[in-house]
Amino acid sequence: MPSKPFAITLKPGTSLANLTGTWRTARPVYLDRLPPCNNACPAGENIQGWLFHAESGDYEQAWRVLVQDNPLPAVMGRVCYHPCEGACNRGQLDSAVGINSVERFLGDEAIKRGWKFEVPAHGSGKKVLVVGAGPSGLSAAYHLACMGHKVEIHEAGPLAGGMMRFGIPKYRLPRDVLDAEVQRILDLGVTLKLNTKVASIDLSMRQGGFDAAFLAVGAHIGKRTTIPAGDASHIVDAVSVLRSMEGEDKPMLGRKVVVYGGGNTAIDVARTVKRMGGEPIIVYRRTRDKAPAHDFEIEEALQEGVMIKWLSTIKQAGAGEITVEKMELDDKGFPQPTGEFETLAADSVVLALGQDVDLSLLDGVPGLEVKDGVVQVAPNMMTGFPGIFAGGDMVPSQRTVTVAVGHGKKAARHIDAWLNGTNYESAAKHELAEFEKLNPWYYSDADKTVRPMLDIIRRQTSFDEVQGGLDETNALFEARRCLSCGNCFECDNCYGVCPDNAVIKLGPGKGFEFNYDYCKGCGICVAECPCGAIKMVAEDI
Amino acid sequence: MSFQPVKFYQTGTYTVGNRLLAPDERSVQANQMRGNSINSGHRACQGCGEALGARYAIDAAMVESNGQLIAANATGCLEVFSTPYPESSWQVPWIHSLFGNTAAVATGIAAAMKAKGRHEVRVVAQGGDGGTTDIGFGCLSGMFERNDDVLYICYDNEGYMNTGVQRSSATPPAARTATTMPVGPEPGNVFGQGKNVPEIAMAHGIPYVATATVADLRDLEYKVRKAMRMHGARYIQIFVPCPLGWGTASHDTIRIARLAKESGMFPVFEAEHGEVTSVLKIRNKVAIGEYLKPQKRFAHLFGKHAHPETVARLQAIADRNIRKYGLLEEETD
Repeated sequence: MPSKPFAITLKPGTSLANLTGTWRTARPVYLDRLPPCNNACPAGENIQGWLFHAESGDYEQAWRVLVQDNPLPAVMGRVCYHPCEGACNRGQLDSAVGINSVERFLGDEAIKRGWKFEVPAHGSGKKVLVVGAGPSGLSAAYHLACMGHKVEIHEAGPLAGGMMRFGIPKYRLPRDVLDAEVQRILDLGVTLKLNTKVASIDLSMRQGGFDAAFLAVGAHIGKRTTIPAGDASHIVDAVSVLRSMEGEDKPMLGRKVVVYGGGNTAIDVARTVKRMGGEPIIVYRRTRDKAPAHDFEIEEALQEGVMIKWLSTIKQAGAGEITVEKMELDDKGFPQPTGEFETLAADSVVLALGQDVDLSLLDGVPGLEVKDGVVQVAPNMMTGFPGIFAGGDMVPSQRTVTVAVGHGKKAARHIDAWLNGTNYESAAKHELAEFEKLNPWYYSDADKTVRPMLDIIRRQTSFDEVQGGLDETNALFEARRCLSCGNCFECDNCYGVCPDNAVIKLGPGKGFEFNYDYCKGCGICVAECPCGAIKMVAEDI
Repeated sequence: MSFQPVKFYQTGTYTVGNRLLAPDERSVQANQMRGNSINSGHRACQGCGEALGARYAIDAAMVESNGQLIAANATGCLEVFSTPYPESSWQVPWIHSLFGNTAAVATGIAAAMKAKGRHEVRVVAQGGDGGTTDIGFGCLSGMFERNDDVLYICYDNEGYMNTGVQRSSATPPAARTATTMPVGPEPGNVFGQGKNVPEIAMAHGIPYVATATVADLRDLEYKVRKAMRMHGARYIQIFVPCPLGWGTASHDTIRIARLAKESGMFPVFEAEHGEVTSVLKIRNKVAIGEYLKPQKRFAHLFGKHAHPETVARLQAIADRNIRKYGLLEEETD
């Protein structure tokens, strides 16, 4: 377009002389609000941030933003219970964005393409001991290594991964995926010592000359309960069963296997037994809606032919059979015995009643507080003994892989600060981007992409992964379903809808700016911003 | 559908732009270097729908005519707020006509350009609903009948807003204006046919007639650009809410326009040579009350002395539009 429009010969007086900004009683300002997914993520991932890059097809950049908070995306994309999706604002429109499936796609893509972490240029000269190579320990090791510290992991088991390897069955987490992500962390220069049980943390730290330690030994001791049992009965605990699945000697449980408990571990054992050709029956004292296991896991187990006896307790275990008592829930929802008994065939009984922590390595360390079998830590993840931090299942937590990874990150930041003699202050949280802050009119209608599930017969007979992944086309689609809650994604709406041309477009990646000389404060930009990234602030008058 | 929406983008084409779209797929308004035919500093009220609609339309017309555009402008809000002597907001060649003769002035400009052999120069006439449906109607009908090479754009805010919110023949039934007060058994504007100028224009058999709202920018730009590629008499009526005259919040301008379309009260369609060729379908149908309630000019229909039967009559008008123009998606099995 010519600079001076056709037929304009005289310079007219321009209305630009009239600064209409003086009319304003409230001004629009751009802001970033906290997306609910980020807020819900136990690992503190910047989900909206990495989806933003995935939307434009820049998967490597998406992955790099993702791993700033979580070094295990391919694992996460399989085993995380994705509280982010429960919080996702899109759930109120059609269905939540498949964050977990995009995360898995990015994780798998990184493995396929061999993306690596950047090794820090300068070392800090400090040494940190990490005890336990589970999700929490690996996460801490990764973050500490990225900060330039020398990290050594001491792992009691024969392989890294902790509960990700010895607790989560292969059909949920293939081992090559786990191995690839562990190796990538080790490639940062982290030393991993396997079969190295730390008997005394004090001794190990002094011997190795460590400046700080992060303990994440997990909870590997299966809880027992007293069941009157005959000599011939075969009672084992769930953790040992799942652990022995990883070794040469597969557990000998017989055909009829009773699993006692209603948590995710009980489901894992039952589904494992099914795959080995057994006939699992889960016995749980309460009802399905009260069971701690995730409902989709219960559903998948039922689909695969796992039997579940709700409202039942084991009264006695004998040779080849057990006696269960029927329960009923009282007014408060607690199970009460009814006095009705039943006999079930059972070649073995697997107890999946929760796990305890082996805290023997802490013997003799002063100042520690242990409550309910777990170590108490301060908000900075430090135990009562200065320089010893702890996280994961051995501290009070929800005991999921994602929470553990989050602990590792948090502890690493505080360890880093502690080593530098400072305090880590996390940035203040932005205000939450609730659904009411959005203008959903602008989002096209698009339902969630459903991930493929393995055929039922192969689920019952093999340890192949049950849930499939997305390919590039539908991962891109899924990423683009993100509403970008609370964060500008350059849709140009504010720029377009301003009746006073008072929004300046700064160009790709640079966002927008208000021209307060002319902004009359009508607020249309705020009302029509799809993602709630503008708000009105009263002017001082 | 009048234009093809891009599917499966984060926000489809409902937003003004989209960083994921190729630049040529974005709207004129998304362009960092857009013309801003009507510049900042104009004296329109906060949240003025007409200022917005005029920039949307004339920017698109400027792009389509490669900047070779002359605009005639009837007296009315648009002229008053944009050009108080000696200032003007217009960044296009622009002529202020009388209230009632802008169609005739535009016809004259087009004739002059033709006589001078300036075939590349295109002419737009614009006015409010008062200057179009009432005062300028004779000139407009003449322009249609002669098929003069002018695109006439009517910014419809349903009343004489600049002079103090009086009723026009585009004011909807039951609406309160300064001359149709909410008193008596049938408060507000009378129920009647009013003047449906898009349909009257179609009855002239002119090449192109369309309606649009400020809530559907993509559709609006598509229609203006299409009209600019055609010759002969063309007419576009753009629905532009008026926060002052309608008693709506200044930030609600686009929402109100959206509700007018989604309720069926303002049918959005295009027609060629007297026949409707496409309609913009309703996406999420709303009851008429959702459109009426945020507007103080309909406040007397709700509350303590509500007039549900009047609301029902307005709903009937919307339903008739939906039936007549086929505004709802057909149920497909």
